[in-house]
Amino acid sequence: MPPAIQVSELWKRYRYGTLGYGTLRHDLQSWWARVRGRDDPNAKLHLRRPPANDAGSDHFWALADVSFTVEPGEVVGIVGRNGAGKSTLLKVLSRVTAPTRGEIRLRGRLASLLEVGTGFHPDLTGRENVFLNGAILGMTRAEVRRQFDAIVAFAGLERFVDTPVKRYSSGMYVRLAFAVAAHLEAEILVVDEVLAVGDASFQRKALGRMQAVAGEGRTVLFVSHNLGAVRSLCTRGLVIADGAISFSGETVPALEHYEASLATVGDPLRSSRPAGPLAGVVGFSRVAVRQEGVEVSRVDPTRGFEVIVEGRAETPIGDAAVALGLFSEGHRLFSLHDSTEGVNLPAGDFRSHFEMPSHLLRPGRFVLGVGVRRALGGDWAWIAEAAAFEVSERWDERLLQRDTGALCVSVRAWRETASAGSFTLEDAVAGAGQSRREEGHDRG
Amino acid sequence: MTVIRPASGWFDLHLGELWRYRDLIYLMVRRDFVAQYAQTILGPLWFLIQPVLTTAMFVLVFNRVARLPTDGVPPYLFYMAGSVAWGYFANCLTRISTTFTTNAHIFGKVWFPRLVVPISVAVSSLFAFVIQFALLAVLLGLEALRGGSLSFGSGLLLLPLVVLQMGLLGIGCGIVISSLTTKYRDLVNLVAFGVQLWMFATPVVYPASKIPARWAWLLAVNPMAPMVESFRILVLGAGTVTAGQVAAGVAITLLILAAGVVLFSRIEKSFMDTV
Repeated sequence: MPPAIQVSELWKRYRYGTLGYGTLRHDLQSWWARVRGRDDPNAKLHLRRPPANDAGSDHFWALADVSFTVEPGEVVGIVGRNGAGKSTLLKVLSRVTAPTRGEIRLRGRLASLLEVGTGFHPDLTGRENVFLNGAILGMTRAEVRRQFDAIVAFAGLERFVDTPVKRYSSGMYVRLAFAVAAHLEAEILVVDEVLAVGDASFQRKALGRMQAVAGEGRTVLFVSHNLGAVRSLCTRGLVIADGAISFSGETVPALEHYEASLATVGDPLRSSRPAGPLAGVVGFSRVAVRQEGVEVSRVDPTRGFEVIVEGRAETPIGDAAVALGLFSEGHRLFSLHDSTEGVNLPAGDFRSHFEMPSHLLRPGRFVLGVGVRRALGGDWAWIAEAAAFEVSERWDERLLQRDTGALCVSVRAWRETASAGSFTLEDAVAGAGQSRREEGHDRG
Repeated sequence: MTVIRPASGWFDLHLGELWRYRDLIYLMVRRDFVAQYAQTILGPLWFLIQPVLTTAMFVLVFNRVARLPTDGVPPYLFYMAGSVAWGYFANCLTRISTTFTTNAHIFGKVWFPRLVVPISVAVSSLFAFVIQFALLAVLLGLEALRGGSLSFGSGLLLLPLVVLQMGLLGIGCGIVISSLTTKYRDLVNLVAFGVQLWMFATPVVYPASKIPARWAWLLAVNPMAPMVESFRILVLGAGTVTAGQVAAGVAITLLILAAGVVLFSRIEKSFMDTV
């Protein structure tokens, strides 16, 4: 069977500088300057990051020689840091922008979900928006009509289909938008982060729907920072770094490769720009881990440690809490905030400290996410994979072995045995993940 | 099978895909229709205010003050016919000229044949035109009742062709401007002014019969001139237009449309990199 997606030697160049500054006046100014042999007043405004490939040039390659094939029915997860080229790849695949060089061959209809609810109009009813959005995504009216009941039922909005969506709550809106997307009749689906919408129960439902879609034998390309979702959905993983594919293979090795490529704690962050509504207002420069006063990248699990988040607010942010998330193998273990109610964050540099107790983490690799969340209004900014660190193996204490989980939890546990016909209590007490009585609990 | 390649060559048009997306054109027209009424109390009546006020102003300025003739037709009918016809074209052109900028958000997230948008705008602009035309028809009927000698005959069947040509020219000019304004944003400021100028170069506030012979070439190069005149001939029975002017107008319209489609198809591939 021929591949569903065949990407050959794909390159995409973006220009810096005059990008988006096209006014006739500027072009005339530049022309006049050239005529007189002066410097172009509009030349090379360096935006964002400097060109990665050749410094000093006015362009950079967002994709550099990307080739891969996807077989029909494969569910491929694409992971990479912000700015690595994932979004550009998806944009080129979904024909939103053209490649600079190379070619993509697609067998079957491709529907791309770079966001949900594209083209929703607030004055139209739910029903009208379902049809319009479906048509924008490439469905005919007949196809939408066939799926209509399923879409509405999936969103759970049977009673509100004839209400203008401007009266919907944001949750209802997102549910309806995702429901349309989830019922696209395309052979190839390209999905970008759309699972990151709605409340937790709807996210589970959405993930379930994605799993069902994948199970129908359709080809799915899935981009996500939710490594847990990639792990559970995808049959293959592609890691993108600096516009090129740095790893292609099975999902678990791909995720390991990706996590290994993250900045280690203490180093400057590779991507300081977070996602979210506050992205332009706050940035993060470094995440460090300190143990007994010294910065480390390997943490001794038997001693407490401190995580330090360094960043900068461009303008004051009211009621802000700096947030720290701890991830293991793509799953979020927990989140912490430096204040529960939120405290005003003045403009300028800031540093937040999170003190962790000893015997919290088991040996393994952990990824830290950092962000800012506002208590009021819920605005946020977030870097999902800011930095990674190791918790070192401690063979002298069996409690701290790698294969027994990520967290140490101390609970009271005991066992009753019926050796002589009646249950008697033995003094078996263990930590979570432990069942061997003789190990007992060796800490208070 | 779909093949995605770099934007190269000028004739990579994919017009067949437009047909596959015809339902989207219908739904966008419907959206415009619903959206225009949702927030207004008077609804379609708003569409009548513009030609009524324009007509009143034209009558006052060009008839009463400047004493321009109106081909023997009651001035208010003459100006209203002209401004209804011109209004449709100008409305298409103005709305389509911002296609890329007003739809940047959608264009950045989903691909569909971009020409769907200008086409649906030209179709949805017909609502206003039909309502304004209905007002014109009512006024014509009243005029006929009062014994006016107005031919309102079978020539009316040709009217859709004139409207179609105005729509096509509006799309053609609109997509040329929208393509150019992705690079030069400030051109947008010229659009309203340019449309005004163009109106005065078209027999809207004066009849073509009064154009001096040495300016007659204007009627040949301005495709809107024979269209507005034809419109008035078909509706009011008064006007002057030659077959040559009509043929030249159609040819120029198709030329602008073709050039627009080629330019637009080229720009739509790289547009997202410049916003």
